[in-house]
Amino acid sequence: MTSDHGNERGLSRRKVLECMTWAGTGVLWTIAGGLPSSMGIIGEARAAEPSGLTFLQISDSHVGFDKPANPNALGTLEEAVGKIKALRVKPSFVIHTGDITHLSKPSEFDDADRIISQTRLDVHYVPGEHDVLDEDVKLYRNRYGRGTKGAGWYSFDANGVHFIGLVNVVDLKAGGLGNLGNEQLEWLEGDLKGRSASTPIVVFAHIPLWSVYPAWGWGTEDSARALDYLKRFGSVTVLNGHIHQIMQKVEGNVTFHTAMSTAFPQPAPGAAPSPGPMKVADDKLRSLLGVTDVTFKRGQQRLAIIDQPLQG
Amino acid sequence: MAHKLCVAITLAVAVFAAAAALPAASAPATDAEVDIDQFTFTPQRITVKAGTTVTWANEDDVPHTIASSSKLFKSKALDTRDKFSFTFTTPGTYEYFCSLHPHMTGAVVVEAATGSNPAR
Repeated sequence: MTSDHGNERGLSRRKVLECMTWAGTGVLWTIAGGLPSSMGIIGEARAAEPSGLTFLQISDSHVGFDKPANPNALGTLEEAVGKIKALRVKPSFVIHTGDITHLSKPSEFDDADRIISQTRLDVHYVPGEHDVLDEDVKLYRNRYGRGTKGAGWYSFDANGVHFIGLVNVVDLKAGGLGNLGNEQLEWLEGDLKGRSASTPIVVFAHIPLWSVYPAWGWGTEDSARALDYLKRFGSVTVLNGHIHQIMQKVEGNVTFHTAMSTAFPQPAPGAAPSPGPMKVADDKLRSLLGVTDVTFKRGQQRLAIIDQPLQG
Repeated sequence: MAHKLCVAITLAVAVFAAAAALPAASAPATDAEVDIDQFTFTPQRITVKAGTTVTWANEDDVPHTIASSSKLFKSKALDTRDKFSFTFTTPGTYEYFCSLHPHMTGAVVVEAATGSNPAR
């Protein structure tokens, strides 16, 4: 709406700053799970400017999972919720990037709702492939689909930031990856049309919208078209789950970030024969599970993303 | 009587898919099993005679499905150690995949049950 003061020059200077910041913090995000000393740096920076919109990302709760990688996935979800309740800065809302349940059972959805509602925060969901095991996606849509389109995509605004929840886990094609589909992509194009390029955009979906590791299906077949619609925006943050580990990439104005699971870790790309649940030593598990804290400060194009393990 | 018993055994094999444990009886085709382990169908491509019941068994800690690419058959999500069976009656090549992890693909090649040697 109102023009950014010193637009051209400001942007390019900001860009430089942005790159420097990423260069400085990128290391942090590549250290998956355990967040070592450098987290202090971000922590201090944040403490110095506490105002702005803060929201939380939680992902891959897999309620109902009881295999050796974590026999009590509901328990670790409860611990994550405890962490959220104890946050110094209360987030405005929570985003759940899917795989709420392990097998789409009504009892699993019930358990998840019972625990997550204890945050007393609004939760914006998108489904993971484990939430849509019933063919017509009824169970998920009846609970979380109000006001959404198709299998559950939608957008909303908060503090001048435009949030878009996408579904890339239905109608998957043989040999392919995650899939958005033509109907959803057309909707996305329309949703973005007419919005000012200075509007910060946050896109969230279950499967990564960038090619993390196609051999394991870690990517989305038609994400390039979605990213094409987004490329004119100055600040785009893409939040995903699915791969149960922190991974981050910056491409132009787009920052891609995947969150930890609250249930079980998965191996790094290619580090195991398959992406199945990874059994780690009991005392290490909680350093590989956690939630993600995201802060947007007005006047800054960049969102601060801090991953918080259940146990440091 | 003996014939009836054989039919009963064959049915049991088809229903319970305990192919490995039970004798093949006098069934025209031997039943076959495909393992799902480490996000892979093994064998990934299996050749069977028409009339064979193929059984998939999920040995992974995450659910998988068996979905025919031509929509001829589709299992519900198989949890760990769940099984799904389908009987192939017509010769042809049947491609399938896991609808949850579509990079997992496999194929069942069905040959005529007896006599004529299908072109290879």
